[in-house]
Amino acid sequence: MSYVWLAVGTLICAAGAIRARNLLYSALWLAGTSAFVAIALYAAGARQAAVIELSVGAGLVTVLLVFAIGVTGLETMEGPPLLPVSLLWSLVLVPLVLLAVLTLPLLSPFAGAGSQPLGLVLWQQRTLDVLVLIALIFVAALGMLGIAGGRR
Amino acid sequence: MSAALAVAAFGLLGIGLYALLAERHLMKVIIALQIVEKGVLVALMAAGATAGQPGLGQSLAVTVIVTDTVVAVIALALGVQVRRRFGTLDLRALSTLKG
Repeated sequence: MSYVWLAVGTLICAAGAIRARNLLYSALWLAGTSAFVAIALYAAGARQAAVIELSVGAGLVTVLLVFAIGVTGLETMEGPPLLPVSLLWSLVLVPLVLLAVLTLPLLSPFAGAGSQPLGLVLWQQRTLDVLVLIALIFVAALGMLGIAGGRR
Repeated sequence: MSAALAVAAFGLLGIGLYALLAERHLMKVIIALQIVEKGVLVALMAAGATAGQPGLGQSLAVTVIVTDTVVAVIALALGVQVRRRFGTLDLRALSTLKG
């Protein structure tokens, strides 16, 4: 039952992030979404991922968003969406329905096969992925410095 | 558990996809990208739990968190530069710029 409330809270916060007219409120609603997702991850047993999501998603990204909004301004835009409404809803609903039809029948209760520690999976089974991630972080930091430090 | 996580994942993907296609403000588009990423995270955990490999699901979730943070950082830096150079974050106005 608690997962249902977590799912409802997550969806309410996500909808609030999109519906909010003030960008700062959108960033705070997004932080709430990250917090609910982190709680859901923790409740599902992914404790390390939950802590990382809470600190990075609800912390770092929110701070960066607030900083960027402070630099660019709080004003939002009112007006028609970029695409016609009928096309918009069809582009959203068709893939979601297809995804649901393909994946929901595969859901089954967790068989309890004994999970491996996260460190073992990351550093022994997915070593190449971790090394690529480390390189990506450095590339992103240098790229961000180059972009943010560009001439006006 | 898996059904609730799956519904949450579909909901987040739907909300994020709708905002990605409909929003004109660049910052809202970046927020929509983040919402899609949350949906992917939840879907990975649900898939890991269903397959009986929650450790693998968790490691993939950590990978997604790191990658998406990198994307958000770069996108926000680009957004700040776009605002400084063109004076607007309206995607419709930006798409009509020439030269």
